[in-house]
Amino acid sequence: MAAKSNLTNMVLVLGLTCLLCSAVLGGAYVLTKEPIAAAAAEKTNAAIAMVLPHFTDVEYNAEGKYYKATDGENLVGYAIETTTVGFGGPLSLIVGVTPDGVVYNTSVLSHAETPGLGAKCTTDSKFMDQWRGFNPSIKKLSVKKDGGDVDAITASTITSRAYTLAVENALKTFATLNEGGCCHE
Amino acid sequence: MEYFLIIISAIFVNNIVLAQFLGICPFLGVSNKLSTATGMSMAVCFVITLATLVTYLINQYLLVPLGITFLQTIAFILVIAALVQMVEIVLKKVSPSLYQALGIFLPLITTNCAVLGVAINVVTKEFSFVPGGMLNLGQALVYAFATSLGYGLAMVIFAGIREHLALNNVPKAFKGVPIAIISVGILALAFMGFSGMVK
Amino acid sequence: MKEDAAMSKFKLITDGLVKNNPTFVLLLGMCPTLATTTSAINGLSMGLATLFVLVLSNMAISAIAPVVPDKVHIPVYIVVIATFVTLLQLLMQAFTPAMYETLGLFIPLIVVNCIVLGRAEAFANKHGVGESALDGLGVGLGFTCSLTVLGLVREVLGSGSAFGFNFIGGNDGMLAFVMAPGAFLCLGYLMVLFNKFVKKS
Repeated sequence: MAAKSNLTNMVLVLGLTCLLCSAVLGGAYVLTKEPIAAAAAEKTNAAIAMVLPHFTDVEYNAEGKYYKATDGENLVGYAIETTTVGFGGPLSLIVGVTPDGVVYNTSVLSHAETPGLGAKCTTDSKFMDQWRGFNPSIKKLSVKKDGGDVDAITASTITSRAYTLAVENALKTFATLNEGGCCHE
Repeated sequence: MEYFLIIISAIFVNNIVLAQFLGICPFLGVSNKLSTATGMSMAVCFVITLATLVTYLINQYLLVPLGITFLQTIAFILVIAALVQMVEIVLKKVSPSLYQALGIFLPLITTNCAVLGVAINVVTKEFSFVPGGMLNLGQALVYAFATSLGYGLAMVIFAGIREHLALNNVPKAFKGVPIAIISVGILALAFMGFSGMVK
Repeated sequence: MKEDAAMSKFKLITDGLVKNNPTFVLLLGMCPTLATTTSAINGLSMGLATLFVLVLSNMAISAIAPVVPDKVHIPVYIVVIATFVTLLQLLMQAFTPAMYETLGLFIPLIVVNCIVLGRAEAFANKHGVGESALDGLGVGLGFTCSLTVLGLVREVLGSGSAFGFNFIGGNDGMLAFVMAPGAFLCLGYLMVLFNKFVKKS
């Protein structure tokens, strides 16, 4: 069925195939570039909208890994990205902090926790809801086992600790931002 | 310390066959006898380490600067295919005895997804035990080598189990592959004991 | 005569589903089968992704096969397959980013899925474009069915739900079935059932 091989046609066919394929892919890349960027942007926007109250504008600070959300003139809060180490690997959160230093809400960006155990940090409503309006000046930020006020996920203390640590990091970032003297007008 | 963590993680905790499900086809295909299993493991070990070195460099110094990382898949598989072919030719000339030992397994390795899997993992995955998340060249090589050792370990253990299985009277519907896969499941259960040891 | 032709076309598809079922009979493409079937939806998506590549690469390869010199046919086929895989990667990133993240590494690994190259070698390079497309469709559907079934079984046992619909209240299934060992165990036992009830007839 296949053609007989000689050097010319081997080089020709291989070269042509590679050329054609790269051309097709280059075209596809250009065409899908925008939708891909849009999909990624939509994902971050959805995450920020979830962890902060209503806002109109967002500004990203790549160095501090946080988003500053404003509604007209007023500062709505910061959505801070933070990564810690869970049971199965990196655990990335986005934590929304309002100007009064209270956690508005949290959301998991990516994780590698065990399905059905640590992975419940994205589904367990009891665990997730406790972060809504978590005020670090009233409640102690560590899991109950370590003497704090955070309810851990059943049988997943390590994940819960990592989650708590991530929130703590976010609050630290917030504190340095706040010191910068931008927020309490 | 990082290197130690990488090695433990790659061999036991995230064993490439039993936890990541890569390279299952040759794993089931050539694990009938201990001797072939050892040969295959050695060939895989050799190719994975070499392929990771080359693809890491290509990614770092060619694809990333040119902004064409979307061609990663196609570039890596071509590199691996060419590499396997080259290794075969070179071995034949330089070390006929090694060629005899590894020879028949080499062509099979091109389509072993463990090779491409490790090559892609090394340049895209974030590892929590190295600062910054991405592996540098040295770490990448250690990771690749340790992963292939894990492959060899799983392969040799499993070949041992299969040699014993062959002597047993197995119900007809279970004969051959089904009972083998069920045994791998039990072996994977044992390896689950390592989970969480290194993050 | 016409009916015969229609029958044989139909047979091309059903062959892929049962007689040449890639998972349970040919034992091809084991890695994605085991790794991506943590739930029925994931299994289904992986199956469809493979189906996409399989049909397109089968068609393209059957079209170019007559002019490809024998000695370089494998590299040429791999380039063609890798092109379609990359195309799929770009499309998934753009339109189903969540699923792309879930399936992760196993999308680029479709390149080395033995099913795709296997069909190219065994079927597409000897048949016409139309027939090859049907063959790809049949085998792809067979693969999709097996993955969905395996995903469903693991999801029901492991998290007490089916296609994301939870029916035991709470998510306390038998966890081991969602994790690695469960994949092997389920696949092994499904093969036993397939051997016992389907293969014989």
